[in-house]
Amino acid sequence: MSWFEKLMPSRIRTDNATKRGVPEGLWVRCEGCDATLYRPEVERNLDVCPKCSHHRRMSARRRLETFLDSEGREEIAADIESSDVLKFRDSKKYKDRLIAAQKATGERDALVVMQGQLLGRPLVASAFDFRFMGGSMGSAVGERFVRGANRSLEKGIPLVCFSASGGARMQEALFSLLQMAKTSAVLARLQEERIPFISVMTDPTMGGVSASLAMLGDLNVAEPNALIGFAGPRVIQQTVRETLPEGFQRSEFLLEHGAIDMIVDRRDMRSRLASVLGMLTHGPAPGNVEDATGAAADEVDVIAADSSDEAADAPPPRS
Amino acid sequence: MNPDFLDFEQPIAELEAKIRDLRYVGDDAEVNIQEEIQRLEDKCRSLTESIFAKLSPWQVAQMSRHPRRPYTLDYIPELFDEFEELHGDRAYGDDPAIVGGVARLDGRPVMLIGHQKGRQTRDKIHRNFGMPRPEGYRKALRLMEMAERFHLPVLTFIDTPGAYPGVGAEERGQSEAIARNLRVMARLDTPIIATVIGEGGSGGALAIGVGDATLMLQYSTYSVISPEGCASILWKSAEKASDAAEALGITSERLKELGLVDRIVPEPLGGAHRDPEAMSARLRTALLDTLVGLEGLDPRKRLDRRYRRLMDYGAFQEAAS
Repeated sequence: MSWFEKLMPSRIRTDNATKRGVPEGLWVRCEGCDATLYRPEVERNLDVCPKCSHHRRMSARRRLETFLDSEGREEIAADIESSDVLKFRDSKKYKDRLIAAQKATGERDALVVMQGQLLGRPLVASAFDFRFMGGSMGSAVGERFVRGANRSLEKGIPLVCFSASGGARMQEALFSLLQMAKTSAVLARLQEERIPFISVMTDPTMGGVSASLAMLGDLNVAEPNALIGFAGPRVIQQTVRETLPEGFQRSEFLLEHGAIDMIVDRRDMRSRLASVLGMLTHGPAPGNVEDATGAAADEVDVIAADSSDEAADAPPPRS
Repeated sequence: MNPDFLDFEQPIAELEAKIRDLRYVGDDAEVNIQEEIQRLEDKCRSLTESIFAKLSPWQVAQMSRHPRRPYTLDYIPELFDEFEELHGDRAYGDDPAIVGGVARLDGRPVMLIGHQKGRQTRDKIHRNFGMPRPEGYRKALRLMEMAERFHLPVLTFIDTPGAYPGVGAEERGQSEAIARNLRVMARLDTPIIATVIGEGGSGGALAIGVGDATLMLQYSTYSVISPEGCASILWKSAEKASDAAEALGITSERLKELGLVDRIVPEPLGGAHRDPEAMSARLRTALLDTLVGLEGLDPRKRLDRRYRRLMDYGAFQEAAS
């Protein structure tokens, strides 16, 4: 409390703490800069804060729908789900945790895979859903990833994976550990067939997912300021008992230490990956990028048009 | 309390101490206590048998990290006729938590790679408690690729609490080092046999554990997370480690049932450390058997078989849509 506030009689003092909460709905608070943002504007901006460029976490489906061209998307292995052969039970049954996660997310498991196009060129893209049990990798995730990769192998088209995961799914015990071997093995096949695999690490990519498929890209790409590593910062802190270096395990730190090729802003992801993939596959140059992103640009226009109806609710446009 | 014995082994420790005392007395006593010693030894044996007949998964976890359990370097002189240790990853350093080198098993040259823990405090620190850093995995990778070049089968011995969670390890790419090994081992063109000899701790274990066959010593464990770690996350209390051990199914017996392990190598009564020589003999037989089987396969078929094994890992179903 500042000296000025202290001077004020308490009855005209307002409680700051209750004011900070932002109601669900039209307005969201940025975890990066604390600014209150108009949700449609954030969505138009691919869930990146227009003020500080903080990259908000994204659901798997939304990730793929915003990354792939709007035409010709086809989901792969949508029916695959975990079968809980261990009948695992801790304080809750794993089965109940699965059902709760399915209800909360509308997904069957933590990975969504689609074949589609990026600026007109076919590819397979998969994305982890961090909301689904922390994006943890169990048998269903492993199988879905492999089926997506197999589609790449069959068609000879590139594979892209957006990871967001706390690691292996403990409730599937050794089965989940072995998914690391399984997903890495299929990537060995892609490498043999010289099919490009681009791994995009988003916040967070840790543990068994980072120590398998996520680090095995021909290109390892990260979104800005994503937490990426093997062991969690808390575990390391407990082990070494010293303060961790500034920016430890963030994308910029990984770039500096040679673990990743580049950090790409989400809003440039389509054009930058299309450009690299074009070169790796000896395809033609994407040409006019404005043209090529036409599909996405149109969508944005539509959203913008919709939201203009609600102009009364909107904050003044940013300059 | 005898620190060389676990809690549940204490009754055995007491009996053995009694027998030792009697022997000592027996040397100069006039009474013939040979009979008494014999009686106690029989009792000790049946006590050990009954304790070990029904070990809980948590007790097996303790066995897998028994303070006297043989480590990789303890097995080497027993198993191999020759061994030359090779050092370094050629990029950063030599990690003492992983040892490796060329060895001769029953006349045939092989590449041996294994985790290594230390026995006494100083040695434990030197070996970093068997927790490798990236340079350890990169040394292993270098030796595996060398093995492929010179047509040597690869034998790995797994015994680690996990890959080291440290600042330097992260800076030097712990995740990448593990991931790369997984990818290379999936396709390495030489037979690979992985044997869990103690603790199979998560990614740090798997990073030298992908291959054509997985063996486990009877009282070793293999798990995605330690029972303590799992308990503190899912039960919010490390005290629940025994529940976690049960739920995770970390024992050789359970993993064999689940089809994730190919062969269990039985341990001598009371565990590998009670008779390292007998343990080594059994392990050598198991390794030779497995190796002969793998070497009988056409190399192309062997790789396909390994790949199919990897693809078959998983418990999933196709939901009715």
